[in-house]
Amino acid sequence: MARKAMLIDITLCVGCGLCRDACKQANGLPEGEETKLNANAYTVVQDWGDNTFVRRVCMHCENPTCVSVCPVGAFTKTAAGPVLYDEEKCIGCRYCMQACPFQVPTYTWNETSPRVRKCIFCHERLAQGLPTACSEACPTGATIFGDRDELIAEAQKRLQENPDKYVNHIYGLQEAGGTSVLFLSAVPFEKLGFPTNLPNQPLPMLTWNALSKIPNIVAVGGTALYGLWWIVNRRDEIGKLHAKLKEMEERDHSGEA
Amino acid sequence: MKKLLSQLTFWRGLLVLLLALGLYATYVRFTQGLGAATNLSDQFPWGLWIGFDILCGVGLAAGGFTLCAIVYIFNLKDFKPIVRPAVLTAFLGYLLVIFALMYDLGRPFRIWHALVMWNPNSVMFEVAWCVMLYTTVLALEFSPVLFEGLGWMKAVRVMRAITIPLVIIGVLLSTLHQSSLGSLFLIVPEKLHPLWYSSLLPVFFFLSALGVGCAMVIFESFMSSRAFKREIEMPLLSQLGRVMVVILLIYTVMKIQDLFDRHAFAAVFTLSLESTLYWIEMGFGVLLPMILLSFRKVRLQQTGLFVSALLVVIGFVLNRMNVSITGMEGWAQAGYFPSWMEIAVTVMIVALGFTAFALAARYLPVFPKAEPESQAIEAVHLREEKLALEMMK
Ligand code: SF4
Ligand code: SF4
Repeated sequence: MARKAMLIDITLCVGCGLCRDACKQANGLPEGEETKLNANAYTVVQDWGDNTFVRRVCMHCENPTCVSVCPVGAFTKTAAGPVLYDEEKCIGCRYCMQACPFQVPTYTWNETSPRVRKCIFCHERLAQGLPTACSEACPTGATIFGDRDELIAEAQKRLQENPDKYVNHIYGLQEAGGTSVLFLSAVPFEKLGFPTNLPNQPLPMLTWNALSKIPNIVAVGGTALYGLWWIVNRRDEIGKLHAKLKEMEERDHSGEA
Repeated sequence: MKKLLSQLTFWRGLLVLLLALGLYATYVRFTQGLGAATNLSDQFPWGLWIGFDILCGVGLAAGGFTLCAIVYIFNLKDFKPIVRPAVLTAFLGYLLVIFALMYDLGRPFRIWHALVMWNPNSVMFEVAWCVMLYTTVLALEFSPVLFEGLGWMKAVRVMRAITIPLVIIGVLLSTLHQSSLGSLFLIVPEKLHPLWYSSLLPVFFFLSALGVGCAMVIFESFMSSRAFKREIEMPLLSQLGRVMVVILLIYTVMKIQDLFDRHAFAAVFTLSLESTLYWIEMGFGVLLPMILLSFRKVRLQQTGLFVSALLVVIGFVLNRMNVSITGMEGWAQAGYFPSWMEIAVTVMIVALGFTAFALAARYLPVFPKAEPESQAIEAVHLREEKLALEMMK
């Protein structure tokens, strides 16, 4: 399956919140008008004033940080795009929450067997050939669903046709190695709470640089330590033997005398 | 006598009180969840338990592998008398870290998942394995003490025979996970304050663990000498003090160079909460003890040495807290401060650590004078060597 994605055009969003409601329904979550992601709200719509409304949702990164950091591999990136979470594996270390550059995963803090909660890109609907529930619900076309390649082309077309309307940037094309949720905006992204200091290279590379050195450290370090021990102790033993030989010789001499 | 008694009951009373508070917090934590017991939130998922109990716990236990390397690899046999207390503290330290982890993990009873569900891309996965393996190594390294206490001399000799491989494995594992605790934070370049975020985090974590390892050995020697009315091994400890000067100096130079390389120098000199904390951490925890210890007079004097070691320990704790908590506050804007229950659990765990050390030190041959067996073995070795030499002639 071609990689799916969503394009969210902030200039078209009227803040009706129908995406949020559809999401809650699709995922069986209690109703509410949250403005921050939490365990009961996988997507929210934030009002930034001046008729600017911004959806928050898991970005379904191309090379997701959450997938790389989870010690037990509870997260997976599927070929179709969704980043999924397996609550049967999760041990609850919350490294995924600490590490996600978009602060997406949330936790059911008040359960005694807590789980990580986040948008799952309606992966079951996708498997049936349906779009995500939120994009289907959007009345203005602010959120649209499709193949990632096609949506990027569409976003580029909009930028070209209306250079005065948009800031010239597709958020999510490159951020942290690229994401499956793309944004267009008329207001600079840093003014809307988007992290704009992210590297374009996937974040997992940062830890991989360190982790990949481990075999070397073990091999070289192990040999070096062993060699060091051998040299130091050998010298020590030889020294001791010499001292003793001398001592004995002296004793022999004194015995003869 | 009377004074001693009242002192004893005071400490016992305090211990009971701390245990009671900690147990209540434990009850809340496990019956009502992390949300009820902690101030953690979606914006601030890691708090005191990770920052202090885990990061500092593992670091403060670094004395074990540092001393093992000094004695067995570099063959500085003079230090042998303090290897045992250091290994014991390390072992207890790691047990407590694992104990604390059971509080912090959302699903503690799945801790074994890391054994069977692998993700080699994850630093956390690597740390989990190293900590587990190293705790096993520490148990083995400490086992001769137990065997001696029980009088199982055969077992003691077996353990002696595999000492060197054990020590090498232990040093490697420690190097890996001490540094990897720093690597945990490599993934958050946009969140951690530039005063602390650096691609050299793993190196800094390792170096500071070495430094604090020495400091802890000094600290423990003093504490136990007071508690058990023993002589302090001053000449040994002042030598450790000299080692610390070197480590702290390397650390400082690398830190400064790193600030230059990352063009983060400005952040040091702009007034902010972060820069203040940074100055306290570096000034009192690194520079001051380094300067103090570089004076022979200070090194050779009990109070001077003790105070310097204490400063290094405090500086180390500040560093770990800054990396894991204060350095993240600015980004998260969650205003995290630990709840009283988080603090109560932490305090209880520290108290348990002290108690366990005191008990082990009292009932097991941990300290030098109780080493007749090893002397006996050495005497046997000497006799054998003599025989061999005589036959060679
Ligand atoms: S936004 Fe966060 S949770 Fe979503 S895929 Fe990316 S790293 Fe994972
Ligand atoms: S909290 Fe669960 S899903 Fe997240 S990193 Fe830890 S084990 Fe993985």
